[in-house]
Amino acid sequence: MYTFSNKLKIGSLILMALGLLGMGIGFVSAPSTVDEAKAMVAAAHDDGHGGGHGEAAAAASHEPAAHADEAHEADHDVHLLHQLQNRPWAAVYIAAFFFFMLSLGTLAFYAVQRASQAGWSPLLFRVMEAITAYLVPGGIIVFVILVLSVLHMNHLFVWMDPETVAHDELLQGKAGYLNPVFFLVRAAIFLGGWIGYREISRRLSLAQDASDDNSNFKKNFKWSAAFLVFYLISESMMSWDWIMSVDPHWFSTLFGWYVFASMFVSGITTIAMVTIYLKSKGYLPDVNNSHIHDLAKFMFGISIFWTYLWFSQFMLIWYADIPEEVTYFVTRIEGFKLPFFTLLVMNFIFPLLVLMNSDYKRVNWFVVMTGIVVLLGHYLDVYMMITPATVGDQWYIGIPEIGGILFFAGAFLFWVFRALTKAPLQPARNPFIEESRQFHY
Amino acid sequence: MASHYEAPIRKPLVLGDKGYHDVSVDIAAPVEGRANKQWWIVFSIALAAFLWGIGCIIYTISTGIGTWGLNKTVNWAWDITNFVWWVGIGHAGTLISAVLLLFRQKWRMAVNRSAEAMTIFSVIQAGLFPIIHMGRPWLGYWVLPIPNQFGSLWVNFNSPLLWDVFAISTYLSVSLVFWWTGLLPDFAMIRDRAVKPFQKKIYSLVSFGWTGRAKDWQRFEEVSLVLAGLATPLVLSVHTIVSFDFATSVIPGWHTTIFPPYFVAGAIFSGFAMVQTLLIIMRKVSHLEAYITVQHIELMNIVIMITGSIVGCAYITELFIAWYSGVEYEQYAFLNRATGPYWWAYTLMMTCNVFSPQIMWFKKIRTSILVSFIISIVVNIGMWFERFVIIVTSLHRDYLPSSWTMFSPTFVDIGIFIGTIGFFFVLFLLYARTFPVIAQAEVKSILKSSGERFKKLRDAGKPLYEIKSSAAPQKGKDSGSKSDKSNENK
Repeated sequence: MYTFSNKLKIGSLILMALGLLGMGIGFVSAPSTVDEAKAMVAAAHDDGHGGGHGEAAAAASHEPAAHADEAHEADHDVHLLHQLQNRPWAAVYIAAFFFFMLSLGTLAFYAVQRASQAGWSPLLFRVMEAITAYLVPGGIIVFVILVLSVLHMNHLFVWMDPETVAHDELLQGKAGYLNPVFFLVRAAIFLGGWIGYREISRRLSLAQDASDDNSNFKKNFKWSAAFLVFYLISESMMSWDWIMSVDPHWFSTLFGWYVFASMFVSGITTIAMVTIYLKSKGYLPDVNNSHIHDLAKFMFGISIFWTYLWFSQFMLIWYADIPEEVTYFVTRIEGFKLPFFTLLVMNFIFPLLVLMNSDYKRVNWFVVMTGIVVLLGHYLDVYMMITPATVGDQWYIGIPEIGGILFFAGAFLFWVFRALTKAPLQPARNPFIEESRQFHY
Repeated sequence: MASHYEAPIRKPLVLGDKGYHDVSVDIAAPVEGRANKQWWIVFSIALAAFLWGIGCIIYTISTGIGTWGLNKTVNWAWDITNFVWWVGIGHAGTLISAVLLLFRQKWRMAVNRSAEAMTIFSVIQAGLFPIIHMGRPWLGYWVLPIPNQFGSLWVNFNSPLLWDVFAISTYLSVSLVFWWTGLLPDFAMIRDRAVKPFQKKIYSLVSFGWTGRAKDWQRFEEVSLVLAGLATPLVLSVHTIVSFDFATSVIPGWHTTIFPPYFVAGAIFSGFAMVQTLLIIMRKVSHLEAYITVQHIELMNIVIMITGSIVGCAYITELFIAWYSGVEYEQYAFLNRATGPYWWAYTLMMTCNVFSPQIMWFKKIRTSILVSFIISIVVNIGMWFERFVIIVTSLHRDYLPSSWTMFSPTFVDIGIFIGTIGFFFVLFLLYARTFPVIAQAEVKSILKSSGERFKKLRDAGKPLYEIKSSAAPQKGKDSGSKSDKSNENK
């Protein structure tokens, strides 16, 4: 049995406290009136803070696109206010979604392992189950943020604003799908399905250890296959709802699968990092470096897969150059040049070069180091999906964003490692456990 | 490679009381034996279709593309549909040999050889179409960026059609090398068994002097892994680039970002269906039921079901986003696809590709050989219609309503298509009689961990090296055909 060390527990609580402080500063310092917003921007320009990014941002102009028709000065100022007010919200939402996504990506990987009857991975099942335990608190937090958005506490989703929709023919056309009630109902169904499968599978996984036949194992196999069907559909819809719709005029059929690749590689990376941590503390004695090697191969492979989808989406939109679509990348390349290209380096070039050599995939500190870069890279990826449409040219990675990361990192660690203490780290009666123990590449 | 231990709940991959020598005998049998009547009948039909196709190709080239049903609006139809269909079928081979190798799927060893052969043969069919479409195929080398004396003649690197040239030729070469590398020890096995000097000479040549030294095997393993690593991105890239032919355009129904992964999934889907069609027949005709077992068929059915569902998810995504986009042209393109004059093709595509594979959820159905065979053909028909729907329905309603029209193929369109099917089967039938159709060296490598005989010995607590008594009566349906031969060969 794993015991949650005090050091780690206190560490995660400190992270949460620091994070709360950072997020709090973000909310307190957000302007509440137009005048304050204007003063803030002016001050930022005065102390040279805006520098290069002010210029780049000017090109990004009106974002969210739904506001593009507002030409009046006053409207512009209101828009600025909304952007500045959005920033702490976006910081919370991005981090909340990112850590939730680690859990959901892990859940998908776990279901694939079960449905494909993989023989190498059962030793890691308890680690995966602990990571997916965070689906419950993480999912609730994301859901609360979505509810607060529907209640107009922020302007993350401009299509939720009836005022905006009234002036926007395109949004009116989408109202059958993009409307607050249906949006929340869908979110509840997705979360219910994912959490439901996780709880059922976890229960069956524990029951298998206690029983004397394989019936729980077989049931788990069936549930996992059924879950994957649900996940295939719900994951795409979730990404349209929770992410793509912050740019409500823009659309891309690939978007759902692109988000999937991001969450899948992040989830696998998390499994590898938690496993390596546990091993370093003397747990999981049967996990050998072939298991780490396999996880690192998945990190490597799915990083390339992510790049493939990133490139497919980018290249096709760039090549066809249709105004409705290309605006998405124009905004990002003009206003967000640094994060836009940095995330490609972090998520593709870095793992490609570092994990190419097969020996390196079995060196723990190499995998952890790559993992940190990949996770930060995918945080940046989520950041780039949300920020341009919500915060626009007022973006900056500062106290609220770092606060968000720290808080949710702390909550994630706390919940995951608490869940690890709940059951033995090694499944006892999984029919493939011996295969996994003897696994040797 | 992977550990030799296997969980007791895993079913054996080689059925029956097979030892190492039995594997050699069984796999050499179709090569060493004589073709039966059915083989000659099927071969003659395929050859006739092929010759008919050649006739149509000659007619096209000597008269012009006007012999096809193309018109000013639908200026791309069966030619590109057939091209994409064949390239798609050519996907399963490399997926099975490369991706499943990386995933350490032992079951691939029974099917990879034929799947790769099928890949190469179907890519050849695919390659014919662009060449015929050039009108002057003798100038086909102009698609290559080679220094030339024709002035400023140079390829257009901005065109996805040129990327196709690179993607497909790379894919064909790597697949061929991968295939042949795997064949070396198996050709050598046949060479060593050959009694007639002519056969011995031929198989010596094609096995490149394989001796079976430890060094040979070590290099073999290494090159297989490197080629698998190289071929995996190729599996994705080929159909990705084929999808770019359409998706880089601004034609509603063609320009959509999901195309690359969706085409790849569809290609794997149709490739597996074709593998299924061919192997279900071959395992019967060549008495390979012990190696290509019902479990193999079931696993391939599962792959077909999964990729079919992914393709279905992509269809629905396209439909939904077309509505969601609010772009009138997109919305019309999809409405017209589903309810316009080509509704029947759309319905056929949906039924064959999305709904029919779903019956594989039932174990009874996915382990039924007859149903698997029927579904594999249904899927191939569906995937042909998918390409037809995408290509023709998007073109036949262009931006100018006065030019709206329909497409009807001429006998030449049909003849060339049937000709390629004939050509494909001619190649495959010849292959089935002259090549070791199962990677026997690889199968031998898993015999101890996954063969039924060794599993039984292990369960009984007996040593694995127990020598099979030749006096024991042989049971099982596959033993009769070669029992006499296994006695005369050591």
